[in-house]
Amino acid sequence: MEKTLPMSIEIVSEDKDTRSGFGAGLHELGKKNKNVVALCADLTGSLKMDAFKKEFPDRFFQVGIAEANMIGIAAGLTIGGKIPFTGTFANFSTGRVYDQIRQSVAYSDKNVKICASHAGLTLGEDGATHQILEDIGMMKMLPGMSVINPCDYNQTKDATLAIADIHGPVYLRFGRPKVPNFTGGQYPFVFGKALKFFDGTDVTIFATGHMVWKALEAKKILEEKGISAEIINIHTIKPLDVEAVIASVRKTKSVVTAEEHQMNGGLGDSIAQVLAQHFPAPIEMVAVNDSFGESGTPEQLLKKYGLDTPNIVQAAEKVIARKNAGN
Amino acid sequence: MPTTDELKRIASQTRRDILRMVHAVNSGHPGGSLGCTDFFVALYHEVMKPDAKNFTMDGIGEDLFFLSNGHISAVWYSVLAHYGYFPVSELATFRKLNTRLQGHPTTHEGLPGVRIASGSLGQGLSVGIGAALAKKLNNDKSLIYTLHGDGEMQEGQIWEAAMYAAANKVDNIIATIDVNGRQIDGDTDQVLNMGSLEAKWQAFGWDVMHMNGNDMQEVVNGLNKAKTLTGKGKPVMILMKTEMGAGVDFMMGSHEWHGIAPNDAQLEKALGQLEQTLGDY
Repeated sequence: MEKTLPMSIEIVSEDKDTRSGFGAGLHELGKKNKNVVALCADLTGSLKMDAFKKEFPDRFFQVGIAEANMIGIAAGLTIGGKIPFTGTFANFSTGRVYDQIRQSVAYSDKNVKICASHAGLTLGEDGATHQILEDIGMMKMLPGMSVINPCDYNQTKDATLAIADIHGPVYLRFGRPKVPNFTGGQYPFVFGKALKFFDGTDVTIFATGHMVWKALEAKKILEEKGISAEIINIHTIKPLDVEAVIASVRKTKSVVTAEEHQMNGGLGDSIAQVLAQHFPAPIEMVAVNDSFGESGTPEQLLKKYGLDTPNIVQAAEKVIARKNAGN
Repeated sequence: MPTTDELKRIASQTRRDILRMVHAVNSGHPGGSLGCTDFFVALYHEVMKPDAKNFTMDGIGEDLFFLSNGHISAVWYSVLAHYGYFPVSELATFRKLNTRLQGHPTTHEGLPGVRIASGSLGQGLSVGIGAALAKKLNNDKSLIYTLHGDGEMQEGQIWEAAMYAAANKVDNIIATIDVNGRQIDGDTDQVLNMGSLEAKWQAFGWDVMHMNGNDMQEVVNGLNKAKTLTGKGKPVMILMKTEMGAGVDFMMGSHEWHGIAPNDAQLEKALGQLEQTLGDY
């Protein structure tokens, strides 16, 4: 991905994949909390769970290519006080095991952390079978399920550490490509709290996951065009920081959402619901529009499916025009 | 230690409870509940003997039971109540609005004795294995028991779990299958012939034994024998032959009573075949 540095945002390391943030967080949790256990369905390397597996072999469960069984075993491990973290691709973490999560985890109020890599289009060349774009929607619909989609290595690591201390089921969604690493420090991860990068007055851009960096790039371009964009990272899609959403839109009165997910059921959908109920405002959604993905490089796919920096800029200009026209 | 006759007397009352609970709301699953009554009574009163008064979700230091075929909730609720988990009078709330005794068992309403929701079939063996692994991590020598329907063996997740438990020597679990040969649409052989369950579970690496689930003494002996097979590197499977509707003559011999309730006359006739031993709720 491009490495234009927007304004005061400081890149804190070389580009890293969010899944490695999960692996690092899980390894650290292993040292901190003996009740943390990990399960994997034949994707230990892809999920970056090797360090945990190596240091804590007794607390690592290789279940093979059997995701439904993995979710069930994780639910059972909570009975006896364990905090299970399951790891596989996002597609196999959600759609494939929806009923197991619904009954054995969510309805049973089990303290299972469902950790999912290779989410969205940026999985790339493997194509649409693996590029799930519906997972946020499926997971956020389950009562009691928290949904987190971090934006970089640091945020994924911090989120991994944080969810061990939150009782209840959590869906943690991350990805494969190496992307800029810029959170932490003055931009900490706090579960359930929106993270504001920049104040603005003309439009609020709510972004999640890999699209946060794109939103920051868009901020710079918009600034050059004389448009003041407020940039807010919604890493915790559920529970949504409703107060922060409303407070920002009260000020800017127009909204762009950006996510690597279907428009149906994603972040934009959650924001639109809040605004429709509390503070109606025009909204434009940068998301995949009722379509499957395909093979290609991550950058090619983001461009083709309208999830690139210029798409966010255009959406901002469009929504501001709508606001000014009163529609 | 209750005698076999005492266990039989509890079973008779349990069967009355099942029929009356299902009749009262004109819904539920009497067939499998009646067939598994002897198993539940023996398991709680003779084999596991858990601490009903101090129920905890984690159940550290005590044997745990998971019902995978959650539709036979009526028998479980009756046994849990008579064993002391909650007042027997609460059986009158079965399947009614605001009850803790939901149609299928759940932890959601905080009913003591239940540790996982079940109803959507095929999930309980995986959960039981997870709980067994937690016991091993906790150096807790107590056991995990699970119960499944034979029709439930048609669910793929069961075989994922079967493969895992054997490969990983999960030898602190005793699973039981209620082999009554019936499922909703008819005889299991007709709906989807599963071939030899014994051969399948043996091939999957489990220690397999048989038991007549409608002979109280044999159930007690069978469960006690199963306990002696634990800790030897293999998970244990009991293929428990039962008669759907056991204890009520006109409910036996067919799949028809899987999921329907008796009417007033049928209830009266059925109760006439079962002695009221502990008092109806």
